[in-house]
Amino acid sequence: MNSLTRRKFLLASGVTGGVALAAGAGTIGWRDVADRAGTRPPDAGVLVLVTLYGGNDGLGTLVPYSDGAYHDARPDLAYGADEVLALDDQLGLNPAMTGFKKLWDDGTLAIVRGVGYPRPDHSHFRSMDIWQTGSPDHPAATGWIGRWLDATGPDPLRVVSVGATLPPLAVGAKGTGVALPLTSFAAPAGPLGAGVRALSTVDPTDPPAQALAARATGTLLSATATFGPPLEAAAGTEADDDNQAQGASAGGQSALARQLAIVSRCVKAGVPTRVYAVSLGGFDTHADEKGTQSRLLGELDQAVSGFLTDTPGVVVAVYSEFGRRVGANASQGTDHGTAGPLFVAGAAVRGGFYGDQPSLTALDDGDLKVTTDFRSVYGTLLERVLDTEAGRVLDGTRPALDFL
Amino acid sequence: MSDVALLLRRTGFGTTGAEVEAATARGYEATVAALLHPGPDPGAAATPPPDLGGEPERPTQGADARAYKREIRARSQALALWWLDRMVRVRQPLVERLTFSWHGHWATSIQKVRSPAMMLAQNETLRAKGRGDFRELARAMVRDPALLVWLDGQRNKKGRPNENLARELMELFTLGVGHYSEADVREAARALTGWRVDRARVAAAPVPRQHDDGSKTVLGVTADLDDRGLVDLLTARPESAAHVATRLWARHGSATLPAATRTRLLAAYGPGRDVTALLRAMFLDPGFRADRSSLVASPVEYVVGVHRALGLTVPREGRAGRELLATLEALGQVPFRPPSVGGWPGGVAWLSTAATRERLTFAAAAAAKADLSGITSPEAAAHLLGVDAWTPRTLAALTGAAADPARLVTLALISPEYLVR
Repeated sequence: MNSLTRRKFLLASGVTGGVALAAGAGTIGWRDVADRAGTRPPDAGVLVLVTLYGGNDGLGTLVPYSDGAYHDARPDLAYGADEVLALDDQLGLNPAMTGFKKLWDDGTLAIVRGVGYPRPDHSHFRSMDIWQTGSPDHPAATGWIGRWLDATGPDPLRVVSVGATLPPLAVGAKGTGVALPLTSFAAPAGPLGAGVRALSTVDPTDPPAQALAARATGTLLSATATFGPPLEAAAGTEADDDNQAQGASAGGQSALARQLAIVSRCVKAGVPTRVYAVSLGGFDTHADEKGTQSRLLGELDQAVSGFLTDTPGVVVAVYSEFGRRVGANASQGTDHGTAGPLFVAGAAVRGGFYGDQPSLTALDDGDLKVTTDFRSVYGTLLERVLDTEAGRVLDGTRPALDFL
Repeated sequence: MSDVALLLRRTGFGTTGAEVEAATARGYEATVAALLHPGPDPGAAATPPPDLGGEPERPTQGADARAYKREIRARSQALALWWLDRMVRVRQPLVERLTFSWHGHWATSIQKVRSPAMMLAQNETLRAKGRGDFRELARAMVRDPALLVWLDGQRNKKGRPNENLARELMELFTLGVGHYSEADVREAARALTGWRVDRARVAAAPVPRQHDDGSKTVLGVTADLDDRGLVDLLTARPESAAHVATRLWARHGSATLPAATRTRLLAAYGPGRDVTALLRAMFLDPGFRADRSSLVASPVEYVVGVHRALGLTVPREGRAGRELLATLEALGQVPFRPPSVGGWPGGVAWLSTAATRERLTFAAAAAAKADLSGITSPEAAAHLLGVDAWTPRTLAALTGAAADPARLVTLALISPEYLVR
């Protein structure tokens, strides 16, 4: 790859200091949207993407507890049969994942095993861009959900990310999703509000980045009208980021439950959003992995299972940019690896295992071999949650999975 | 925008009409020379680094950890507010702006390091060594206590090495992704084994028995490499020069790097890896002025720039200080807390809905605090903020607000023309 295309590849991740956003983002005036809250048809599926930043260790999440090779590779990190939450006689969940175990028992948790893409990349930023652009084979300037937005209509409020900056997955060529703050906000009123509205129109002489700034102001006004009331109701508490501190060098946010509380309010308010993106960071566990990962998986478990109890109609998908090396290092951690398990949960989900569990002995230079391409998962979610033909968003078609 | 205004915006924290006039009178090249060779700065002298005292004692098992956490949080806030205060008060902002760029390059977060004293020591290293030979900076950074904690360098031992620091050293700090193999990462990790961090002394020291002194092969070179040998090898590669040049261009140049400009930048950087020569070549290159409005002010640039333009002071403590840091957190950029080792996102990533909302709240509060006497027209607001000209859209919006200086300036501060530079 030459340096120009590589730069495009990394554009969205902060590594080169720029995000590829095209200039054509569509915006609706806030007056149009003010009376549109509640317009999502009740049968329209809602997808919640949970991104685990840092590279979650798949073998510590879905534990091959009865495999001797697992215990040999990780003498200090391995969980025994008496510790895991067994799903069958070979695999069990991390002890912290009691809520996920209940979802499994209820038949509403699908676990897709060995998920990755061809020629895995061990860079956090490159691998996360590959997952978020949905394009392992060649660099793409748009995210897979951004392309879904491009393919299905102009309303940016259909894609919402919770947090200050928009993740690359929500960036399209024609428009981008909305980044919602974690706190409440009322639209500016009176003369100031009139001035802000005046600034939200694109001037013919605006260079592209200035035009985007004007559009962002317009989207703010429409988003405030739609999301203001649910945000008002979801007043949160201060985040405590201790859980993720040890593995924090690769991005993501803390306080997942708080992000999901906002999603829950929005879903219940019937806003037009079809895709939500939330994240949890701290999974870069090069050292002292066991305690750190267990705390994080506990946070994930409680946040997601509580959210699904509260908001049963949605489909939640949980993924990370890669799993970790099979063998532990000398600091009771693991280095960057390849394939990992991906979770899909929700009342509509057909629980069970999908994809083959990678072998712990037939390794690829110390790494697990990928058994399931993540584009099979994306395609299934696009077609069965978002009612969109996968080929309109992803390159080529791959077999769908039966979890929905 | 005039060339001088463009230069001041890309090398400082916003600018003002008065600064643009002074620099215009001095001339473009003389301004570049002054930026690169600043004399003593009274603003820097007035903002000495805070005395953080010794490291607070870590709580023992079972003890109440809350007091320790409170103390770390208070010192972290004091540290961040100090730096913001200095950014606001310096007369020659390039030194701080460049230090902030290096902070984004060698991105290290106090969230994991948990030592304000170590973060301050790293900050001083970036400032002291950030304008000379890049190799000297890199040599210091692989022994920097905060970086070692952040990337588990102090946990990297002979036998089964920890690859965290080795990978990011090559991918993010020196070479760029794609210029090394997985085998190179594993071998480089061996070269970096055997370092210990002493938190109380804010120092790193070698631990010979944990260092792997066997032969390693990195990028085709076989030798008994240690941390210094590895850094010297990496920073001598042509890919390293290109990496440093493109990353500095992305922060101080524009969104596009023309091929001819790139060639000239690499020539200036040269075998001595001279960062000041690289910056001079950047600022004097015709490509610097070709793409005039593609950089979006980052939250720190924005917030510091508003303080400078409006004559506001940074609250160093108390509720007002916490609120300023909360603003930066909501905007997505708190000094000493980058979101990942990749640093902060940039460019139009700062134009998100959430950030737009936060800027409006901040701008309104800043305008309400400032002395805006005489700012009663769109032209006066443009001069205050160093904006050359408003588009007809913004001119109309500001004209409607001319009777109310606070509203006029609030709108000017959230205008696309002020944000994009």
